[in-house]
Amino acid sequence: MAAIDPSNRGLRLFARYAVLTLVAVIFAFPLVFMLVSSLKPDDQLLRDTASLRAFLPVGDLSLRNYYAAFDRAPVGTFILNSVFVTGVTVALSLFVCSLAGFAFVFLRWTGRDLVLSVILATLIVPFETIAIPLLLVVSKLPWIGAEGLTLGWLNTYRVQIVPFIADGLTIFLFVQYFKDLPGDLIEAARVEGASNWQIYRRIVMPLSGPILATAAILKFLVMYNQYLWPLMVVQEEGRRPVMVGLQYFFQLNRAWGEIMAYLSLITVPVLAFYLYLQRAFIASIASTGVKG
Amino acid sequence: MTRLTTATALALIWASGALAQTELTMWYHGAGNQVESEIINQIISDFNASQSDWHVTIESFPQAAYNDAVVAAALAGDLPDILDVDGPIMPNWAWAGYLQPLPIDPAKIESFLPGPKGTWNDQLYSVGLWDAAVALVTRQSTLDELGLRTPTLEEPWTLEEFMGAMEAAKASGKYDYAIDLGMSDQGEWYPYAFLPFLWSFGGDLVDVQADPQTAEGVLNGDAGLKFGEWWQGMFANGYAPGPSQDPADHASGFQEGKYAFSWNGNWLALPFLEAYDDVVFLPAPDFGNGNYIGGASWQFAVSGTTEHPEGGAAFIEFALQDKYLAQFSDGIGLIPPTTTAAAMTQNYKESGPMAVFYDLSADQARLRPVTPGYPVASKVFLKAMMDIANGADVADTLDSAVDEIDADIQANNGYAQAQ
Repeated sequence: MAAIDPSNRGLRLFARYAVLTLVAVIFAFPLVFMLVSSLKPDDQLLRDTASLRAFLPVGDLSLRNYYAAFDRAPVGTFILNSVFVTGVTVALSLFVCSLAGFAFVFLRWTGRDLVLSVILATLIVPFETIAIPLLLVVSKLPWIGAEGLTLGWLNTYRVQIVPFIADGLTIFLFVQYFKDLPGDLIEAARVEGASNWQIYRRIVMPLSGPILATAAILKFLVMYNQYLWPLMVVQEEGRRPVMVGLQYFFQLNRAWGEIMAYLSLITVPVLAFYLYLQRAFIASIASTGVKG
Repeated sequence: MTRLTTATALALIWASGALAQTELTMWYHGAGNQVESEIINQIISDFNASQSDWHVTIESFPQAAYNDAVVAAALAGDLPDILDVDGPIMPNWAWAGYLQPLPIDPAKIESFLPGPKGTWNDQLYSVGLWDAAVALVTRQSTLDELGLRTPTLEEPWTLEEFMGAMEAAKASGKYDYAIDLGMSDQGEWYPYAFLPFLWSFGGDLVDVQADPQTAEGVLNGDAGLKFGEWWQGMFANGYAPGPSQDPADHASGFQEGKYAFSWNGNWLALPFLEAYDDVVFLPAPDFGNGNYIGGASWQFAVSGTTEHPEGGAAFIEFALQDKYLAQFSDGIGLIPPTTTAAAMTQNYKESGPMAVFYDLSADQARLRPVTPGYPVASKVFLKAMMDIANGADVADTLDSAVDEIDADIQANNGYAQAQ
């Protein structure tokens, strides 16, 4: 085998692109398989898994699995529920956690480092360990709404949103990012008489595009993939999110084509959201070294 | 005007009747199964219209998420009035207080197959509208080509005959494996489908008669060890694919001729009948201590927190009518629990293509250990079966499984007292 001449730029470029293409293909294969399989009848889908035909749009292709998926489950409702719960949580989380980050970095108050340490310590606590205590709490929480004072948050959107608005990881991301902002800028604003809210609103936030994108994507993925919590707190079909809805397709006789169609449908919002924010996401990773 | 007044009066009478009905909530595991949903909704609609005391509303859950949802709701004090429960799980839910005894007339279920009757601590807690059964599926032409005797309920295959069939299928060179045991289906299928082999060797998962209950001696005794060695041999000798089996092969391998035999449930029988015109459903073999299959499927019960157990029982009794049992059977392929309902079905009536399953269920069905410890014991069994199939030491694996099951029993004070 001939050695690659380091001075041969063209060959090195070719090798680099070959490796990158190979990696891209490996990562794209599952998505291609999902999309292609969603168009095939079950018997063909299962037969094709034994060969490369599994990744090719060949044979008896149709949208039947998509129609069947909508017949089997209220797919639109599940997607809307997930998009709503995820969207609201992400928006509130960015606001609350960035405010917290601002307070930890730019304000001086007693116990600041201790509180931050406690918040960071929550990163090592898996959600599963607090799920049951949290369930007991939310099942007794009061709420004032159109029906007056009621007890218990089960079967609502708020029970899927409120517990996830603030979290240690998002606060940590904002704290780390804010620490790297030029301190002179903040000091200059203070000298000019800007209030904390004005500094947050007019200076810090406009400079925080990359971290907002990163935090939004990470939060989006966590919320959109929620399964255990909504399973525990939502019993009404009309409030279920997509991941609980996925279980509708795992019957004794599994309809694999419908499963692939459903997965394709629920993947669309994730890809759209990521593609929308990817430039800022990559910029943030490049500047902070944070890995998603 | 008179006609309008009469209509208004009738509407008011109807409305007052509807308003007088007490609301009952019901949870069901069949979300995503359109046929099942249509039938259960029809039963509810018929029940609500048939009387003026109760009005049932249903919330369906996907089966894979159902048990977790019920347990979470029980913790939050939010259980419905009526719920359904998988047969072997029922004792655990009854012990935990999620269920209360079902106050229905015993005469209503006297003629039922044993599987659909959910009894624990001598009390009826649940009743099923169907049962399921497993059979050794093959083709008559396969038996003829391999020169094998057709086993019957009266004279099932012995261990020697069963292994002879495996060897003959392997030696023929026509199949990837002699038998598909369904190893890719790594859930409740393992204890449901494979405990009968252990029973047939003379062992068991838990000795529920012992005080305290224990797996010691029944799972890892001589019979358990013989079973374990035989089980490992099925994979070591290449008769069956192991836990790494491709789910696609399990779904369609028999129809594609990859396996000579399939150890499979009646809910998957229809694709076999469509693929071949000479499919035969054979009874479980007798490995020395009787021939068994697992019994008990999903059943209806009333929750431990409902204030209206009599309302729940009224609905369940209503659902036990033969016409509904037959509708469920025709719709989802499972076994109706009475002969009269079976006679009304397409598949289980005399000369029906799956009638043999009714006999299998009546003659061979045995309940998985009726103990609140079953949810833990069954998962331990599943892991042990996978480990042994993958080559782990049989005695060590079964001893470890016994330790784990007994530790759970001890941690729960022997599951002796209802909470």
